[in-house]
Amino acid sequence: MANIMIQRGAQGEYVFYLPKRDLEGTIVSMEFDTPEKWGGEIKLNNGGAYFIEPQAAPDRLPYSVRAKRLDAAE
Amino acid sequence: MSNLTREETEALIAEVLEVYPEKAKKDRAKHLAVNDQSIEQSKKCITSNRKSLPGVMTIRGCAYAGSRGVIWGPIKDMIHISHGPVGCGQYSRAGRRNYYVGTTGVNTFAEMNFTSDFQEKDIVFGGDKKLAKIMEEIEGLFPLNKGISVQSECPIGLIGDDIEAVSKKAAAAYGKPVVPVRCEGFRGVSQSLGHHIANDAIRDWILDPKKEPKAFETTPYDVTVIGDYNIGGDAWSSRILLEEMGLRVIAQWSGDGTLAEMENTPKAKLNLLHCYRSMNYISRYMEEKYAIPWMEYNFFGPTKIAESLRKIAAFFDDSIKAKAEEVIAKYQPLVDAVVAKFKPRLTGKRVMLYVGGLRPRHVIGSYEDLGMEVVGTGYEFAHGDDYDRTIKEMGNATLLYDDVTGFEFEEFVKRVKPDLIGSGIKEKYVFHKMGVPFRQLHSWDYSGPYHGYDGFAVFARDMDMTLNNPCWSKMTPPWKKVAEEAEPVAKAA
Repeated sequence: MANIMIQRGAQGEYVFYLPKRDLEGTIVSMEFDTPEKWGGEIKLNNGGAYFIEPQAAPDRLPYSVRAKRLDAAE
Repeated sequence: MSNLTREETEALIAEVLEVYPEKAKKDRAKHLAVNDQSIEQSKKCITSNRKSLPGVMTIRGCAYAGSRGVIWGPIKDMIHISHGPVGCGQYSRAGRRNYYVGTTGVNTFAEMNFTSDFQEKDIVFGGDKKLAKIMEEIEGLFPLNKGISVQSECPIGLIGDDIEAVSKKAAAAYGKPVVPVRCEGFRGVSQSLGHHIANDAIRDWILDPKKEPKAFETTPYDVTVIGDYNIGGDAWSSRILLEEMGLRVIAQWSGDGTLAEMENTPKAKLNLLHCYRSMNYISRYMEEKYAIPWMEYNFFGPTKIAESLRKIAAFFDDSIKAKAEEVIAKYQPLVDAVVAKFKPRLTGKRVMLYVGGLRPRHVIGSYEDLGMEVVGTGYEFAHGDDYDRTIKEMGNATLLYDDVTGFEFEEFVKRVKPDLIGSGIKEKYVFHKMGVPFRQLHSWDYSGPYHGYDGFAVFARDMDMTLNNPCWSKMTPPWKKVAEEAEPVAKAA
């Protein structure tokens, strides 16, 4: 489990940030992306994959959330 | 000498790596690359933020340098105790030339060195009592200080002193913020982790959201300058541009900065981030906690300044946008005069850079505005996201080197033959002896400012002064010159 921060990038895409390892990347896909259900499995452009417990979408970004690593980046 | 092609640059890297043992070669190969603008992600071509190889000459600093030297040191109305043996504080004292306004020793303290001067008995019996006594003395001798920070040196972490407890007690006793910073030098691979630790300490001890907010009148045009350390007056020459645009700069982090300014930062409308590497952490935190957007800007060279001013103005209403254009137009004659004077003397010259975590990409614009070309660049302590940003700035087939070793840098210079090198004081005299013009780009070689339009004029003058200095044609002593010229005569005879 790691604390990650999700924010919006310049093109409106989700940007992923892992402060502990200072790792930045864009999110290419998110399993659930509706106001009621948000999160699930997220895939990063660097090949990594994380899992966020599905929850209601945050009111505003950036948003810090606990995530489980499924597949390591790098 | 003309520029190297991609194949030649690759061959050069392979040749330089040849001297290393197998394992070291494998490791170093990952840190050297030929720039390819088509690559989106830097980690496909270059590895960064890894532990330096034992046995090579690295130019990196430590976490203490990143925290006390870079982030905390310039905060002028706080006293920063270098907690541990005397050397760390003394040899880094005032070396970065962070200018500030104030009377040193009375209400400002950035140039002074406060240390607990650890002796053997402090290591054996612990230094907490000594720390408490120092704070008591500081309160007596310098009553106008606004707060104290405790910058740990290596032994503090090794012997396990509880600086947090001492700090909490002192903070309660004196009614001032006392910030313990766990920036022991052995943490991390370079000063970069020190920046992060310092940012976290500011977050936890200064920007504490639980604290009662002080009354502060805001305007819709409040901005902050973050990550400008006022080296040689850099922040001042940046600040005037923002103020001429109609914005109000409510805080400077941390050059010429004060504790009150830092506490007011969460009231800003926009955080302007110059040094991304050292202060992105706190900007991200404020974005999440206080919904303050942040943006990176670049005040090196007129092209980048105009670009940045327009980008900043886009966050505000039309009156600011109009004033930004006015500012750009106002300084155009100054820029034209500087370019007219220096460009003919500098055009076509080739530069190699090796600096810390921001300038290897930020100053490229300044050089290009003077018609110069950057043929190689590298960072001491950058991370992957810095290289992502660098790849776009650099030309194709130019050299990239991460945490370059003394040997590699010298070999690259011998082969690439740049006309100018911009790096730090440890490299300066090596290259002077090799007969290559050199500018110290950490603290501007006792010059500055280099930010902003006024800074560009100083920058251009300094580059010209160094590059076209008559001394470079005198590198061969006269007796050797005679021999060289006499030789063909002798052969002919």
